Amino acid sequence: MKRSVIDRLKEKSSLLFIAPHLIIFSIFFIIPFFYGIVISLFNWHMFFPEMREFIGFDNYQKILFDTEHIYHEYFFNGLGNTFTFVLISVPLLVAFPLLFALLINIEPPGYKVFRGIFYLPSLLSISTLVLIWRWVLNTNVGILNLTLSEVGLDRIPWLAEQPFAWASLVTMTVWWTIGGNMVIFTASLKEIPQSLYEAAEVDGANIFQKFFNITIPGMKNQLLYITIMTTLASFNVFGQPQLATGGGPSESTKVLMMYIREIAFGGGRPNPGIATAMAVLLGIIMIAISLFQSRIIRRLG
Amino acid sequence: MALRKIERRKKRASFTILTLISIVWIIPVLWVISTSFKTEQEAVSGGINLIPNEFTLDSYRFIFNDTNNNILHYIRNSLIAAGSHTLLYLLIASMAAYGYGILKWKYRDKLFWFLISTMMIPAVMNLIPLYSIMITFEWLDKLQALVVPGLGGVFGVFLLRQFFLGIPKDLIESAKIDGASHLQIYLRIVLPLAKPALIVVGLFSFMGNWNDYLWPLIVLNSDTYRTLPIGLALMQGNYNIYYSRLMAATVVSIIPVLALFMVSQRFFIRGITMTGIKQ
Repeated sequence: MKRSVIDRLKEKSSLLFIAPHLIIFSIFFIIPFFYGIVISLFNWHMFFPEMREFIGFDNYQKILFDTEHIYHEYFFNGLGNTFTFVLISVPLLVAFPLLFALLINIEPPGYKVFRGIFYLPSLLSISTLVLIWRWVLNTNVGILNLTLSEVGLDRIPWLAEQPFAWASLVTMTVWWTIGGNMVIFTASLKEIPQSLYEAAEVDGANIFQKFFNITIPGMKNQLLYITIMTTLASFNVFGQPQLATGGGPSESTKVLMMYIREIAFGGGRPNPGIATAMAVLLGIIMIAISLFQSRIIRRLG
Repeated sequence: MALRKIERRKKRASFTILTLISIVWIIPVLWVISTSFKTEQEAVSGGINLIPNEFTLDSYRFIFNDTNNNILHYIRNSLIAAGSHTLLYLLIASMAAYGYGILKWKYRDKLFWFLISTMMIPAVMNLIPLYSIMITFEWLDKLQALVVPGLGGVFGVFLLRQFFLGIPKDLIESAKIDGASHLQIYLRIVLPLAKPALIVVGLFSFMGNWNDYLWPLIVLNSDTYRTLPIGLALMQGNYNIYYSRLMAATVVSIIPVLALFMVSQRFFIRGITMTGIKQ
């Protein structure tokens, strides 16, 4: 049967449903993606278009290979610090939520209250988080150091000296973000059939054997998902060091996002071309690592 | 019999451990609340007491009356930005989800999977070009800069589409036979059924916008639309060593989030379980 013209018009007009989203998506997601690559090939000026100058891969060359150049130093210091944060934080941000989820999954009295307490910090903004923790970690009158001196220990300059600065940043991040992962783990624990555990008990398996032979394989997919998402989130680290340590002591916690922001928008002489090239490089690293992780875990399974 | 005993012992052990961890988890917040009710002198006197020796509301009085950076102004700004962003996003994303989930057209699935695959692109790559676009649109320091760019987000569309796909086909087919237009089906059948999914998407886009730090930091440069996270960060510098005031501001910044969580905890939990999103 041939469809009438009116029917076909109706079908076309129904595409109007996706139009608003598709247009906004194109303007604010697709165009910036290509525009960013363009900016990274320019000596770019934000407010003076006539001063923009095409320089090919110069920005990338400076950042990656020109060891004399200050941007080279910034990039590798920032990237190194970001990697440090990722390497310390990700294992903890996966292990702690898993531990908490295992405890909550036993469903002791009041387990929903516990879950609420652990989840709530993840709803706070980075500024609230840092205000709380800077006060807790205050060298002279913070509750942690007051407790330490109460029991006769020395006060520790938590945010001003290494390795305490990293420890503090990672601790506040754990406190802040484990809630989401914990809830996902709790849900996936529920999906492992109880009969598997019972069978293992009959065979005399101990708690660790059960954990490694049933629990972990049973939630392989969620583990993969959480590890990737957490790794990517940690690569984006910015607010904690920006507001809590200011990148110190002596730029040892100054992560790449801080350099990118500073070079693009900071005082002095901004260089958006360099900053965008750095952002593109960081983006490529993030994509590569998430592909790599998903492949490894798939192979293990 | 023996099993039940083991079960009970497990529950008791888990309860004890969770209680201890919870105390550790809450102490930072108690410490903040306690400081906010102390006098500035007591706050820096080095007392470890959680109950103030001299209970005072001075710090709250000060921050509410502060004309330089007023926390209530920032909260209002955040409510306006996050609220309007969320309402618009729910409309736009649910329409798109209807287009990709319920309507049938030629390149539908190809285009949809293209959208999904762009979620791989890290946001950092778009930051600077997006700023440049804001200059072109003359949106710097305007409310639009906080509200509009995020409306192109794909995740909410994805989530709502998944939900729409679960709506029984018969319901939609019979409405069509009765002569209902797509607009009517969308408004009268799909949206009412999708309420739980809309609440979940709404909550997460609201929280995401409310807590955003980096983007408002670079596109705003005056107090007019400055949001709570940026305002608070400024206070950290401005109130400097007035810790009691600073902690009063911190407490006030927690209250809206706490209230939202109280009324919608189950949706947060359900939302994460359903989707695996985290903040």
